[in-house]
Amino acid sequence: MNRSDKDSRHPLDDLLRTDRIPHIWCPGCGIGTAFSSCLTAIKESGIDLKKTVMVSGIGCSGRGAGYVKLDSYHTTHGRAIPFATGMKLANPELNVVVFSGDGDLFAIGGNHFIHAARRNVDLTVVCVNNFNYGMTGGQAAPTTPHGVKTTTTPVGNPEAPFNLPLLAYASGAIYVARWTVLHTRDLTESIGEALFKRGFSFVEALAPCPVNYGRRNREKPLDTLKIYQDRTIIKNNAHPTELDVDFDRGVILGKFIDTERPCCTEMYDKTCRPRDLLEEGKAA
Amino acid sequence: MDPAIRTGEYFMTGDVACAEGALAAGCRFFAGYPITPATEIAEHMASRLPEVGGTFIQMEDEIASMAAIIGASCAGAKSMTATSGPGFSLMMENIGLAICTETPCVLVNVQRAGPSTGLPTQGAQGDMMQARWGTHGHYEIIALAPSSPQDIFYQTIVAFNLSEVYRSPVLIMTDEMIGHLSERVIIPPKKQIKTVSRPKAKGRKDRFRPYEPGPKGVAPMAIAGEGYNIHVTGLTHDRRGYPVMTVEAQEEMMSGLTGKIRKNLRDIIRTEAYRLDDAEIVIISYGVSARTSLAAVDEAREQGIKAGLLRLITVWPFPEDQIRELAGKIKCFVTVEINLGQVHLEVERCTGGKVPTFLVGHPGGTIIPPERVIDTLKQIL
Repeated sequence: MNRSDKDSRHPLDDLLRTDRIPHIWCPGCGIGTAFSSCLTAIKESGIDLKKTVMVSGIGCSGRGAGYVKLDSYHTTHGRAIPFATGMKLANPELNVVVFSGDGDLFAIGGNHFIHAARRNVDLTVVCVNNFNYGMTGGQAAPTTPHGVKTTTTPVGNPEAPFNLPLLAYASGAIYVARWTVLHTRDLTESIGEALFKRGFSFVEALAPCPVNYGRRNREKPLDTLKIYQDRTIIKNNAHPTELDVDFDRGVILGKFIDTERPCCTEMYDKTCRPRDLLEEGKAA
Repeated sequence: MDPAIRTGEYFMTGDVACAEGALAAGCRFFAGYPITPATEIAEHMASRLPEVGGTFIQMEDEIASMAAIIGASCAGAKSMTATSGPGFSLMMENIGLAICTETPCVLVNVQRAGPSTGLPTQGAQGDMMQARWGTHGHYEIIALAPSSPQDIFYQTIVAFNLSEVYRSPVLIMTDEMIGHLSERVIIPPKKQIKTVSRPKAKGRKDRFRPYEPGPKGVAPMAIAGEGYNIHVTGLTHDRRGYPVMTVEAQEEMMSGLTGKIRKNLRDIIRTEAYRLDDAEIVIISYGVSARTSLAAVDEAREQGIKAGLLRLITVWPFPEDQIRELAGKIKCFVTVEINLGQVHLEVERCTGGKVPTFLVGHPGGTIIPPERVIDTLKQIL
């Protein structure tokens, strides 16, 4: 079949560094779908792309910043959030999107996540949760379910995983949602809403990692998607304490938190800046 | 009047003078974490930055502080953090990110005695080699060592200027004694303070290559939000800023990163000579120990010993040529520093065995009294 150049263009090409494609993600990987959702949300939001930046940490999902045609920053492992905090505070006009993985954001970067949520830094954090460290070959992560096999838990994970939405909620996030990459419309919609929230918003995207996670746990790529279809329950406004990831019992998806409180820079300006300086700013 | 520059004559500590120097240099973002003996810098920035339209944030740790100042710099702000030994150790990985991504920023290390928690309230100069080689991989770094509150005010401005011109992190390696010492500090009028900013990106936005070197081997820097759609990564990258996992790309990137410093040593390196002209024994020192050495030189001269002092204002890159040249003219070098021989080994390396080198060192916690230097000079003779 002959396809002209025009036909072979991807609808998100204007937001992609097409000269960096093909990407590194494996066949069956869910990151690309989560990434597409994120780019679609950015594109459809109508926000000023010139003022929109993507910051990533290290890992498979952390490569997101390398493929998006925006000002994009691929930082150190676990430090995307404090890097993004510096950017946002230095120039509050920027829309700052953090796109990274579960190991990056919640193991090595866990401390930064809770503090950025507490401060309500105006960031949109998209976490692709594939339940393991993909880039290094499939080790256990703080999200790996109990009993699951990885290269560092060869007979099964002895530990319990984080409930990420609960952590985000408890730390002070003003927007919290969870979807799987099978629920792309909902995922895109949530990221879109999150972009417009003034404060710390968090969207978790559950994603298959067939090469590292699936293979060791007798889960073929389509099996994972089938699980995402059959063993998930959409329950908007569910209480975050109900959101443990346990596919045997069923995993709850939805938008759980959508609230308001003054963001980091607003509180700083109000509390710390001299009055006369604020008045001047308003006059200007 | 510019509220950032408090022109006048003051009695202030080195830590406060450092903060005022940063403000005068145009620093508008500070991220830090409390640590003795550097906390006063953060405290002063916390009260001053909001007055001048800047932002202060106390981060959750030093790792986050370093990451935040790099992010702020990428968003266009001149940024700084300040810490001491344990925090300096935590900042190492992100110092490498700033080097690799060529992001200007200033890091102050008010040194205290280590290793580990060591003597938190007592000074030392034990982190000099960590400044040189602390982050992984091979690199060049700029590190300055001020000797008084007045000097730290000026050197902080120099640090910002060098970081902007060379798009590199610059370290201010001061010590607890200078940080907590109160002395007269004169803050000059604004017009006498020379500040510079990073080379700006120009030209067609779709053709801009973020690591295409300009004059001095330094590429113009595009700031987030200017519309250049740049990619910035700590991976080995080409001139487009794109990751390239090849040996050739590594060679080219490293040649640029090290070359921009190595080829501009004359512009970067600052030293101060004291009674060097006819000196037979040359003391090499920096920071608070340069004050010890200054007193020792005067006392030695009184006693008829032809001593002189070469004070290193820039410790890294090391003034190799100057030391080599001196090595051909003098009888010996004596390095005075509050560690057990770090810069001393550099001096030894540069002399190439031409003249003997001696160390007056101390493991930390106190200044070295001038008498110890005099005793060593007498023993040498």
